[in-house]
Amino acid sequence: MHPVVPNPETLSAVTCWSCLKEIDKAAHFCAHCTKLQPPADSDYFSFFGLQRRLNIDLKSLEQEFYRLSRKLHPDVYARATEHEQQWSTQKSSLLNDAYRTLRDPIARTEYLLELEGVKLEEQSRSATDEARAQGKEKQQVVPPDLLEEVFELNMQLEEMRMSKKLGERDEQVAKDLEAAKVRFEQTLAGSNTDLQKLWQEWDQVIAGGADAADPQRIAVRDKMVALLNRRSYVRNLVRDVNEALTADV
Amino acid sequence: MSEQRIVGIDLGTTNSLVAYMEGDTPVVIPGEDGSNLVPSVVALTKDDRMVVGNRARTHLIDTPDRSIYSVKRLMGRGYEDVQEELKLFPFRLDRSGSGEVLRIKLGDRTFTPPEISAYILLQLKANTERYFHAPITKAVITVPAYFNDAQRQATKDAGRIAGLEVLRLVNEPTAAALAYGLDKGKDGIVAVYDLGGGTFDISILKLHEGIFEVIATNGDTHLGGDDIDNLLIAIALDDIAGDLKLDLRRNGAAVQAIRKAVIEAKIALSSQSTAKLNVELPGGKRYQREIGREQFEQLIEPIIQKTVAPSRQAMADAKIKPEDIDEIVLVGGSTRIPRVRALVKELFRREPHTELNPDEVVALGAAVQAHILAGGSKATEDMLLLDVTPLSLGIEAMGGVVAKIIHRNSTIPASATEHFTTAVEGQTNVAIHVLQGERELASDCRSLARFDLKGIPPMSAGLPRIEVKFLIDANGILHVSAREQRSGKEAQIEVKPTYGLTDQQVEDMILASFDHAQEDFRMRQVIEARVEADNILLALEKGRNNPAWQQLSGDEKHRIAGLEEELKAAKSGDDYKSIRAAIDALNEGTMHLAELMMDSVTSTIQGQTMSGADRTVGQGPTAPHPIAPAEFEHNR
Repeated sequence: MHPVVPNPETLSAVTCWSCLKEIDKAAHFCAHCTKLQPPADSDYFSFFGLQRRLNIDLKSLEQEFYRLSRKLHPDVYARATEHEQQWSTQKSSLLNDAYRTLRDPIARTEYLLELEGVKLEEQSRSATDEARAQGKEKQQVVPPDLLEEVFELNMQLEEMRMSKKLGERDEQVAKDLEAAKVRFEQTLAGSNTDLQKLWQEWDQVIAGGADAADPQRIAVRDKMVALLNRRSYVRNLVRDVNEALTADV
Repeated sequence: MSEQRIVGIDLGTTNSLVAYMEGDTPVVIPGEDGSNLVPSVVALTKDDRMVVGNRARTHLIDTPDRSIYSVKRLMGRGYEDVQEELKLFPFRLDRSGSGEVLRIKLGDRTFTPPEISAYILLQLKANTERYFHAPITKAVITVPAYFNDAQRQATKDAGRIAGLEVLRLVNEPTAAALAYGLDKGKDGIVAVYDLGGGTFDISILKLHEGIFEVIATNGDTHLGGDDIDNLLIAIALDDIAGDLKLDLRRNGAAVQAIRKAVIEAKIALSSQSTAKLNVELPGGKRYQREIGREQFEQLIEPIIQKTVAPSRQAMADAKIKPEDIDEIVLVGGSTRIPRVRALVKELFRREPHTELNPDEVVALGAAVQAHILAGGSKATEDMLLLDVTPLSLGIEAMGGVVAKIIHRNSTIPASATEHFTTAVEGQTNVAIHVLQGERELASDCRSLARFDLKGIPPMSAGLPRIEVKFLIDANGILHVSAREQRSGKEAQIEVKPTYGLTDQQVEDMILASFDHAQEDFRMRQVIEARVEADNILLALEKGRNNPAWQQLSGDEKHRIAGLEEELKAAKSGDDYKSIRAAIDALNEGTMHLAELMMDSVTSTIQGQTMSGADRTVGQGPTAPHPIAPAEFEHNR
C-alpha cells in the first residue's frame, strides 16, 4: 500500500455507505469492506494524499496515478451498482484532472495559489479576446523592469502589422523581432529557475507548520503570484511576436 | 451461463464486424454466409423489408434509390456539414421534415443515420445470436478516435435503437492497440495509424505494465478509402463523357457499377502492377481502361498526404519525435495500399506491424475490452485502457469567442467546473452554448448543445452564483449538471443537442424499428431452420444407403422414421422453434447411426477423416451439426 499522508484539513471520520463502519473521510475505499466511497470534497493534493507542497516527485506521482487508475476507472465498475458507476466516473475524472494539474509545474503552482485564495490575474488568451470583443483594455500590468523593452517591441509589432497591410515584409523589423523573441524566451527560462527557488521557500514554510495567516507563508505566496504574472506576460509577448512573424503576409 | 456474453462491435464505414473472447483469444463471429465482414450497406427491398450486408450490396446497383452505403459519414452531422459529402455520395436526404437531424430517403420512407446504423447492428446481433443460440443485449462499439460528442452520441443511439446496451464506446485505434498488446505485454510507445473506409485516426499510446495510456490522438473523420473511390469514379465519368459522349453522372445504377469496378481495381493494385477496368454501360457500350500502379499512386497522393499533418500534430502533442516510437501498428483496409505503407514508414521511420488483419483488428480489440468489462480473466487482469478526449471542449463567451474548459488529449473521464451569473435584475434563465474544437471563434467550432439553466431564484444582477459541472465520461460523451450556490437550488437543465436525437426520439425509434426488425429476424430464422432441416433429411437419406444402417435394430429404424416424419411436418409450418426442436430430436435419434458410420469411415480413410472431423469440431461448440456422415460424404 502507498503511504497516505493524512491531511489535517480533511482528516475526520465518516461512515462507509456499504458496511456502515467508520472510515477516514478522505479515503477512496472503505478500510473494512474495500467498497468504493462517494467523492469527497477534496482538492487535488489531498486526492493524492499529498500535502500542499510544490516539489513533487513526478515518478511516484505517476505510479500513484496508475495505481489509483486501476482501482477507480469506470471499466472496473461496469458490473457494479449504478451509484458506484457514477462515483467511479466522478472520482476518475478528479484523478485525471488532479494528475494533469499536478504534473505540470506551472499549472501546479497556479492551482496551489488558487487554493491559497489568490485570484490570478486573467492573462489567458480567452480573456484577451473577451476584452477585445468588449472593446475594453485587458487588465494587465506591465512588469516595471520590462517597461522600456515592451514599449519598443510594441512599436516594432505595429510597424510589422502596418507593412503587412501594405502586403510587404520589412526585413529589418523582422530581424529585430526575432532578436526580441530570443531575449524573451531566455527571460522565460530564467523565470522557471526563479520559480523553483520559490517552491523551495514555500515547502520549507509549510514544513515549518505555518498556518494560512502566517506572514512568511503570505510573503512567499505573493512572490509566486508576481513571478507567474510576469511569466505569463512574457509568454504572451512571445506569442504575439510569433504570430507577427509567421502570419501570412 | 449466468453472465451474459458481451460482444465487441466494429461499426465501420465500409464493413462491420462482431467479435467475442473465446477463452483468452478474441475471434470474429462469421455471418450466415460464412463471411467475417458484413458490408455496411442497407437496402429497403420492394416489399419493404430491410436487408443488410452482402445481400444489400446487389441492391446498390439494381435499386440505388432504395439503398445506402457509408452512412457513418452522416452520423451526428447536420445538413450544412454534409454539403461536400452530397457532391460525392449518392445520399438522398429528405429536407421536408422539421428539425436538424438528417433524414435519409430509401424509396418513399425516411430514416435517420442512427436508424440505418441500427439495422447494421441488428444484423451483427442476429449473426451473434445465431452463432450462440442465445440472446445478446450488451456490446462494446468502436468509434473513430476523432469522433466528436455528437457522432459518439449518434453511435450510442444506434445501439439503443438496435436493442443493445452500449457498455462502452472505444476508440478504434485504441482497440487495435489492445488487440496487438494482448499477447505482447511489452512496454513502450506505440503509434496506431488507422486509415479506414471513411475515417483517419492517429493515436499515440504509452504502454506500461498493462496500462494502455493514450497520450495524444488526432485525425480526420472524413478521410479514407471512400475518397480514393470517389476520385477514381470521377475520372472514369470524365473519361466516359469525353470518349463515349455519355453523361452518366445522374445515372445512379451506372455510377454504382463503376464504383464496384474501381474498388476492385484499387484492391488489385495493392498486389499487382496494373489493373483493368471493364464496365458495361447502359446502351451496350463498354468502358475499358488500364491503370498502372505508378499512375494510381500519383492520383491518390494528395489524399494520403492529408494524413501527414494530423500525424505530426499528434506527435507534437505527445511531445515525442519519430525516434521515440517503439512500434507502429497499421489498421484499416486502406493501409493495404503499398504507397500508404511507404508513407507511414517515411513518417515514423519504422517498419509498421501488419501481423493482424487490418480489417479485423479493431473488432478483436473491442472484444478484448468487452471481456475486461465483463470481469476479465487471467489474460486481461492487468489491462486497463486510459483514453483521451480528441477535441477541446469550450463554452461561448462574450463576443463569440470560445473559452476552453477541457483541453484536447485530456485523459477521460475529465471534468471542469465553471461559474455563471446573471446580467439582468431578476433574471431566472441563463443560456450556455457548449462547443467542441480547436478554433478561437465559436462560429468555427462544432456546436454541441445549448443549455438553459432554468429556475434561478430572482436576485439582483450578478448575485446568483451558478456552478456548472461539465464531465466527459469514459465514452467521450459530455454530461452537464448545474447548481445555484446561493440558494443551493439544483438548476433545471434542458439539454438541447444541436445535431442529435432527443431521448424521446430514440425511444420512439426503438419501438418502430423493433416491429419490423423482429419480423425480419423471425422470417430469417424460419428460413435458416428449414435449410438446416433439409440438410439433415438429406443426410439421413444417404445414411439409409450406408452399410451401417443394417446394423441398427428394427426399433431404432422405426424411431428414426417417426422423428423424420415429425421434422417434415414441422418444416412445412413457419414456427422456427418447433423446426429446431425437431432437428435436435432427429439429431439425437441418429446419434448411434452416425457413430457406426464414423467407425466404418475411420477404418477406411484415416487421414482425411481426421481433418474432416477437425473441421466440424472447429466450428464451435454450438455450431449446427447435421449428422456426421453427410459431412464426410462432402469432404471425400
